[in-house]
Amino acid sequence: MNQLSTTAQQAIDEFQACEQWEQRARLLLQRGAQLQELPQTLRTEDNLVHGCETRVWLLLDREAVPPRFQAASEARLLRGLLALLLLRIEGLDAEQITAIDVTDWFAQLGLSRQLSPSRSNGLNAVLIRMRELLDNL
Amino acid sequence: MFLPSPWRQFFPGILAFAEQQQVWLDSAATAQKPQSMLDALAQHYQQGVANVHRAQHQPGERATRAFENARSSIAKWLQADAQDTLIFTKGTTEGINLLSQALAHHLQAGDEILISAYEHHANLLPWQQLALARGLILKVLPMDTDGHLDIDQAIAQLSTRSRIVAISALSNVVGHKQSLSALLSAARKIGAWTVIDGAQAAVHERPNLQQLDCDFFVCSAHKVYGPDGVGLLFARERAVPALRHWQFGGEMVRHCDYQHAEFLPAPLGFEPGTPSTANIIAFAATLEWLQSLDSQAIATHEAALHAALLQGLQARGMQIIGSPNCALVSFNAPQVHHADLALLLGEQGIAVRAGHHCAMPLLHSLGLAGALRVSLAMYNNGDDLQRFFAALDQALEILQ
Repeated sequence: MNQLSTTAQQAIDEFQACEQWEQRARLLLQRGAQLQELPQTLRTEDNLVHGCETRVWLLLDREAVPPRFQAASEARLLRGLLALLLLRIEGLDAEQITAIDVTDWFAQLGLSRQLSPSRSNGLNAVLIRMRELLDNL
Repeated sequence: MFLPSPWRQFFPGILAFAEQQQVWLDSAATAQKPQSMLDALAQHYQQGVANVHRAQHQPGERATRAFENARSSIAKWLQADAQDTLIFTKGTTEGINLLSQALAHHLQAGDEILISAYEHHANLLPWQQLALARGLILKVLPMDTDGHLDIDQAIAQLSTRSRIVAISALSNVVGHKQSLSALLSAARKIGAWTVIDGAQAAVHERPNLQQLDCDFFVCSAHKVYGPDGVGLLFARERAVPALRHWQFGGEMVRHCDYQHAEFLPAPLGFEPGTPSTANIIAFAATLEWLQSLDSQAIATHEAALHAALLQGLQARGMQIIGSPNCALVSFNAPQVHHADLALLLGEQGIAVRAGHHCAMPLLHSLGLAGALRVSLAMYNNGDDLQRFFAALDQALEILQ
């Protein structure tokens, strides 16, 4: 298992300190707001993650070493979840990324319920797409 | 908001949700079940089971009798004539797929199928795929600014090539009870078959197929407080001969050799394989229970809930889709993504639906990526709405 980065550990501390859902939601919105904007030109059909009812775009910067993903969503809370996912994989190589237990990561953040098996939340589809992109590296 | 539901106590699922602090406002997706249905289901299994229409043994006869009694009882609920046919399906979706295939051999390239712009995918895709396969024209009847079917325009679209008119009696997005009699009689005059999708409407008003002059009517048990996996296809006497057998298997043949077969007429010829016997019997029991209640009181209660829901949403400046008058309201909050709102309502134990509601073309035509939908049933009460509005206010405060 990969060691958590300092920023990842900070995120856990922050989210675990939330006692109420409102605080968690506000934190998630803040995280989402910090996600790097994806230019409209990159919000293309090709970069769209299929299987989400809410539109999510995911790109892998093929030049970057280690691999660097960019993600965007129209929904702000989902943007927050994407930001947390990107935070967790920051600086890891392809093999390390694939080895990450994402369920565990969100459980540590107290956000397990956001990983619903339902299609309405696209996070699972995002993970599958991430692995596909890494496989094609 | 004092709108108590005297029927709430009969729904164990709603009471269980209440203990979990969950408010069920997604009955348009599926309705909770009354104790009478659960009892009928348990009783059916407890007394020992047998397959229907097959065996000569006593349990088999008893099962067949109960099954066919259920058919008569459900036909009575539909207010069907004795000469009409009631075919059991898996649900509305299967009913419409059955029709699209069982009528297909009558259709030639250039013939028209007419549907409304607000159809659920279940009443769009079977016709769309049939049209693609056979070179037919799928005409989409437009809505007016209220999100209602424009009946005059619809009638004007009918032509001598129109063969099938398939319309939902109540949209699962707009929540508007559509009056269809003028369109049905116009369609009949030119010799088109008429199909009514009653999936959403049937639970809010008992179907009356003496009055509703369609050839076919479909609905699903699970949306009418009944069990999953059962649907009804009503076929009027005059329309039954048009149907060609569509699925093949056990207990639908009169005679069979290796190279040929002769099939039974409807309904059995359209129910191959073992039916969902227990669920069909339990559905009949559900409907009998429903008919023992004061239907006018239920309608009045649901209308009061709907008015309160609409008023509360309007007061908060929500953007409402169309002019709903029944059962449900779909809406968006200005500048807020429906998925964000749905998530925060979910956090607070409010079960509403968010997304495109299996009506992607409709949402696209309205320029919307999605919407939230609150839908009501007889067991909802004023407290449910109050909790919903409190949760909505809280969510909006966080998001805006």
